[in-house]
Amino acid sequence: MSEVICKAIHGDRFSGLFSRDFAWEHGVMCRLSIFFVAAISCLFSPPLHAGETGKSILNSRCVSCHNLKGPAPVTLAALWKRKGPDLFYAGNKYKHDWLVSWLQKPERIRPAGMFYRDHIKPGPKHDVVDASTLKPHVSLNKRDATAVADALMTFKANSNLVASEKLIPAPTPIGEMMFDKIYGCMACHQIEPGYGGMSGSEAYTAGKRLQASFMLSYIKNPQAWDPKIWMPNKHVPADNIQQLVNYLIDLSKEDFSDEQ
Amino acid sequence: MNNKTVLLMALLLALMPSLAMAESARDNYHTYCIQCHGMQGNGMGVNIRDMSVQPRDHTDTKTMSGRSDDELFKVIKEGGLSISKSVLMPPWGGTFTDNEIHDLVKYLRTLCKCKYGG
Repeated sequence: MSEVICKAIHGDRFSGLFSRDFAWEHGVMCRLSIFFVAAISCLFSPPLHAGETGKSILNSRCVSCHNLKGPAPVTLAALWKRKGPDLFYAGNKYKHDWLVSWLQKPERIRPAGMFYRDHIKPGPKHDVVDASTLKPHVSLNKRDATAVADALMTFKANSNLVASEKLIPAPTPIGEMMFDKIYGCMACHQIEPGYGGMSGSEAYTAGKRLQASFMLSYIKNPQAWDPKIWMPNKHVPADNIQQLVNYLIDLSKEDFSDEQ
Repeated sequence: MNNKTVLLMALLLALMPSLAMAESARDNYHTYCIQCHGMQGNGMGVNIRDMSVQPRDHTDTKTMSGRSDDELFKVIKEGGLSISKSVLMPPWGGTFTDNEIHDLVKYLRTLCKCKYGG
């Protein structure tokens, strides 16, 4: 091993010289060289990936699956190609702390993947998720996750859609009934792990992931954010949207760790 | 360029976005409807396990022939409540144009191999 590293440092100047007489002295010199180079590297060279900013990480490692510049798909053909959530309005959508945490330990948010149709198959009783088609999300170290989250929070497209949205915190005694029975949101969204629909994102983590103003705006008109999304506009009155978002925030505070 | 030409061009430009965005009924069905109505249109979608009301089986000739085209149009555009059915069928008027909904109604007739009353 030393010989390989040594050659990498010194080139072929010493090739053929690894005789018994020379080996010991050369080995010491070589190890010293390696130590010296390593020490210099530690002192003066940046760590792996240092120099990468959040935006450069996004542009090099995330852009193949995420739309960073917009606009959102306006045709089904474009919608079907989307591999991950659009991020060009991430600063108006996600919570920074959640991003930092999730990027270090990403867990699936959409039980049937980004576009459910690509990840389902007929089952014995009904269509089921074909888990073999789902791929894990790349994870980042803390430094990179923080840098990416910082960068994402500067992506502020659609600010006009959230400018006037303000949540009024209030108890939601009929929040679950509203979510499940009155508006039927549970048809597509899970309200606890393994309970609810599969084609939408988890409802029970929405309050941790998403800014309240985004939820208010998105429920009001999903197509304003994502014209071809398969979440319909249910024309929910503003007062009821407030209740739904308060419910989602309360729901996200429950401990589902035993059910995961 | 006379006024008629300008008006005609303006009209064409106004229509172009909707024309460009019109999707086929099959594509719309297989993007929006199958999540509940199933990949085969048989009501066995990936979302149904915990639903209190099961989605309509669009391949059920007998049941589907009991719905008029107008009813089907209405329930797609305005949702299940508009024809006194389940809230779990949402209104899709904000997603589809009226023309796309008319095309979807025709597509449903191909799935059920039926027509109203027949």
